[in-house]
Amino acid sequence: MINNLNILLPEIFLSISILSILMLGVFLKKSFNLIFNLSSVIIIVTIAIIFNSSNDTEKVFLDSFSRDSFSSFFKILILVSTFFVMNSSKSFICDNKIDKFEYPIIILTSILGMFFMVSSNDLILFYLGLELQSLALYILASIDRDNLRSSESGIKYFVLSALSSGLLLYGCSLLYGFTGSTNFDLISSELNSTNIGAIFAMVFILVGLAFKVSAVPFHMWTPDVYEGAPTSITSFFAVVPKVAGLALLIKFMFIPFANILLEWQTIIIFISVASMILGAVAAIVQKNIKRLLAYSSIGHIGYALAGVATGATSGYESSVLYITIYVVMNIGAFSCLYLMKKDGVYKENISDLSGISKKHPVLAISFLIILFSLAGIPPLAGFFAKFYIFKAVLEQNMYALAIIGLLTTVISAFYYLRIIKTIYFEDKSIAFDNVNNKVVQFTIFLSCTILISFFLYPSILNNIVNTLFFN
Amino acid sequence: MIEIGLGHYLSLGAIIFFLGVMGIFLNRKNVIVILMSIELILLAVNINLISFSIFSGDIIGQIFTMLTLTVAAAEAAIGLAIIVIYYRNKGSIRVEDIHGMKG
Repeated sequence: MINNLNILLPEIFLSISILSILMLGVFLKKSFNLIFNLSSVIIIVTIAIIFNSSNDTEKVFLDSFSRDSFSSFFKILILVSTFFVMNSSKSFICDNKIDKFEYPIIILTSILGMFFMVSSNDLILFYLGLELQSLALYILASIDRDNLRSSESGIKYFVLSALSSGLLLYGCSLLYGFTGSTNFDLISSELNSTNIGAIFAMVFILVGLAFKVSAVPFHMWTPDVYEGAPTSITSFFAVVPKVAGLALLIKFMFIPFANILLEWQTIIIFISVASMILGAVAAIVQKNIKRLLAYSSIGHIGYALAGVATGATSGYESSVLYITIYVVMNIGAFSCLYLMKKDGVYKENISDLSGISKKHPVLAISFLIILFSLAGIPPLAGFFAKFYIFKAVLEQNMYALAIIGLLTTVISAFYYLRIIKTIYFEDKSIAFDNVNNKVVQFTIFLSCTILISFFLYPSILNNIVNTLFFN
Repeated sequence: MIEIGLGHYLSLGAIIFFLGVMGIFLNRKNVIVILMSIELILLAVNINLISFSIFSGDIIGQIFTMLTLTVAAAEAAIGLAIIVIYYRNKGSIRVEDIHGMKG
């Protein structure tokens, strides 16, 4: 029994600390700074706990919770990205008067939900983790409650996300009925392509998961929520729930649905192609950077799903690698937005960037590196991410998918390069305020360094990712 | 007399589920109706889970139902809170009015 609790140590630690800092926040006045710093400490301690736990696969509580290298990797990725997202956005939060003490606590709660999502080995635990995460995200989307756009994005996210959770839950109930179990391993051994009811359930579950990672045709909420929510929340939405959602999708394809590969493969290929095309085409006409990044994230999820669509271990590995590099790029891109401040107001239009290379050369060069990497230009990390995806896709002889992927890469390069053109070759120039924010500068520096130096030794990340799928 | 079997319960669940989904997409008037439709979807799932549980003699489905009920309550509470803050800012909760951002 005690051994079981040891396996759950990160989750137990996180829940107890959430409750304790909630108490602190309620009883102390003006406690945002204290709670914020405590949450950063909690995140670091949780990372340390996960690092110290062993990597053997262990399943506890009637096999409903599994701790393995796959879940540990994703937990660490979630925690590290949250740490940088939160700390780089701190001055933005204070400037925009959303520095309520609930803010970091709700973020930690959604992380707790994601922890249970990535370690779940049972439909019930998986659904509860997903809901804990979604309920926290509804509140985060509308946290700027006196702002019409923030509350509108909250209402849109709530309605569509609740609908997708309902579809997903309906799929879970059918899966339970037609396989007679809620355990992933048992479902996997019961499923085969003659079980029509379970295949029906698979479609419903895929719809729900596609919504969570904002893949086409369930992407409608993404641009509106990204634009309406405060930038600090948008950067969280763009990075962390995507990681957890993709981990869950890979897990579903890898364990319960492993035997009906031919049935789900067609659907994933369709979703992936549609996301890549829409992400490339719809972003061209955007004027708002946050909206543009929303469409770009839809496109990136399309590439990650192309790796999943191969149905082979090498494909899953390439999409894990892709999402890791995607996280680094997006944290950098959003940190740049925190430096675009003019007279105390944060700017978010592409036209605001025109000619900043003269007055802010460092910001301009960071934008250049991150946008080149997003476009997938060698030798930056974004190129290697796409390279591994296409390599895995070609190994499975899926030429059409690879060709469409390459074409959409070219189209999407257009709008990334257009921003660079605005930065370097347009004359109209406004100078931003001199923001001397060490944390944001360090985050951008770290992100650019990783993106540039990744090609020197790509096998660091490769070797880690290669150990994830060993059961 | 016809014997009421698993198929009947599943059909009932499917009908209620379909009503819920249609309620979200066809409704053009009020956001509260959407909230009710979401509840309908979750109730349809509960009917499914309980009937599967009874007919297969497995208790897990009923446990799942209890947990789903809890989640449904939490979801309704947060949904209503978001609708309230939206109403404070906009002065209306008509679905047609929720279009501040487009593109």
